[in-house]
Amino acid sequence: MKKLTFYPGCSLHSTATEYDESTRAVFEALGYSLEELDDWSCCGASSAHATDHYLSIALPVRNLVLAEKEGVDEVATACAACYNTLRKADHAVRTGDPAAVKANDSLVDVMGQKYAGGVKVVSTLELLSRPETLAAIKQKASKPLRGLKVAPYYGCLLTRPAEAVAFEDPEQPTSLDRVLAAAGAEVVRWSWKTECCGASLALSRPEILKEMARRIIVAAREAGADVIATACPMCHANLDGRQSEIADLKDHPVPVYFLTELLGLAFGLKKAPAWVGKHLTESRSAVRAFIPAGKVG
Amino acid sequence: MSVALVPSQTFLHEVQSHSGQPISLCYQCKKCSAGCPVGFAMDLLPHEVIRLIQLGARDRVFAANNLWVCTGCKTCQARCPNQIDAGQVMDSLREMALRAGTAALAPKGRDVNVKTFHESFLSTLRLFGRSYDLGMIGLYLGRSRAIGEHMGLGLNMVKKGKLKYLPERVHRMGEIRKIFAKAREKR
Ligand code: SF4
Ligand code: SF4
Repeated sequence: MKKLTFYPGCSLHSTATEYDESTRAVFEALGYSLEELDDWSCCGASSAHATDHYLSIALPVRNLVLAEKEGVDEVATACAACYNTLRKADHAVRTGDPAAVKANDSLVDVMGQKYAGGVKVVSTLELLSRPETLAAIKQKASKPLRGLKVAPYYGCLLTRPAEAVAFEDPEQPTSLDRVLAAAGAEVVRWSWKTECCGASLALSRPEILKEMARRIIVAAREAGADVIATACPMCHANLDGRQSEIADLKDHPVPVYFLTELLGLAFGLKKAPAWVGKHLTESRSAVRAFIPAGKVG
Repeated sequence: MSVALVPSQTFLHEVQSHSGQPISLCYQCKKCSAGCPVGFAMDLLPHEVIRLIQLGARDRVFAANNLWVCTGCKTCQARCPNQIDAGQVMDSLREMALRAGTAALAPKGRDVNVKTFHESFLSTLRLFGRSYDLGMIGLYLGRSRAIGEHMGLGLNMVKKGKLKYLPERVHRMGEIRKIFAKAREKR
């Protein structure tokens, strides 16, 4: 078992526990053990970023200092929003952005030391899409997702701003496509892969958010997809949560899965049906063929 | 109605230095607006905000809803041929409006909810070091009175066990409190 230091972030501990559990289970099946970064705190998410530049650096960087204190040089996260926030703060400090350097200096007073710039934050999607991992996924997929037409949805946080976060072409990412294909799914081509779903407006402007979600989901359906796959808990909450309130979708919803849930189904993991049962849009029937008999319902 | 504009560089310089964005380089190619996913709900398109900043039209920039509804998705930043991050400009305008704290720069109508949401989120974060959805939603709904539009979603989330009753708390809360105290000093 290879040890991986893991930053779960708040969503994986609350609204997206199915993503947390499926990530741990899938990585374990692939030979990794995920160990949580001790005493991690919230990265500040969109609210720090949107209102207070100091907090948007100090809150995420606290976690990078924790990692350095533990002597860890790589931290993996499955949440696209945390990934984005941690990477942006890391990039700002490393490239010498004056406000970020000042905010980092202030952490000496808070934690006894500041961030030295020695931690690589990686997305679990990037880890899954490495060639050797793709080969392992193919091997593990005892129930390949044959015939399941999936729209790979990346959203904004894994791709932009490219200089701080992108690990592949930001306009035409393919990592999720490749992972899904390795699990045997049929990946559809569509042009809404990196469109923003409006997550930061979820509570404050639901009418705007619903229109943004509607356009993405309808585009997936029109491209021939039965389901959507994502690696972001914000995107999942938005695309999954409001379909019953959207006229174009309420009678023909399109289930949205975390990438790791689909991998769990392909691996034949026993808990996979329970994970997809937590979605607000009914998500079991579309993957019924991959659920072991007696597990449906 | 026509609005007389007296071009002024003061506002341009203020926003350029706050955001670190080379706003004066914009030549109105509109790529930012073409890709903006929230354009349909904005009073002005992103390239128009940039132009008005160049012209020093401070009041028109702050009267528009753009700084409150921009999601920070950075599509504009990815596409701009002049490396202008219009999303970062919106962040700066929002921070300037919040710092000023004046009625003139405060959000209006439904845009108030954007401010209320961020404040509610950061309140629970200050208390626990991690976000606490139930507490945050309670604060937000209490302040915004927007319960009607979230009732269905909220009930479904409770049914599926997506809202935890108890918050998680960071052990070294002193560090979190210090970070928030420092943020307040900077204002
Ligand atoms: S993309 Fe850049 S140069 Fe073009 S209009 Fe927008 S800000 Fe101006
Ligand atoms: S960051 Fe804001 S202005 Fe830029 S494309 Fe996204 S929503 Fe539009």
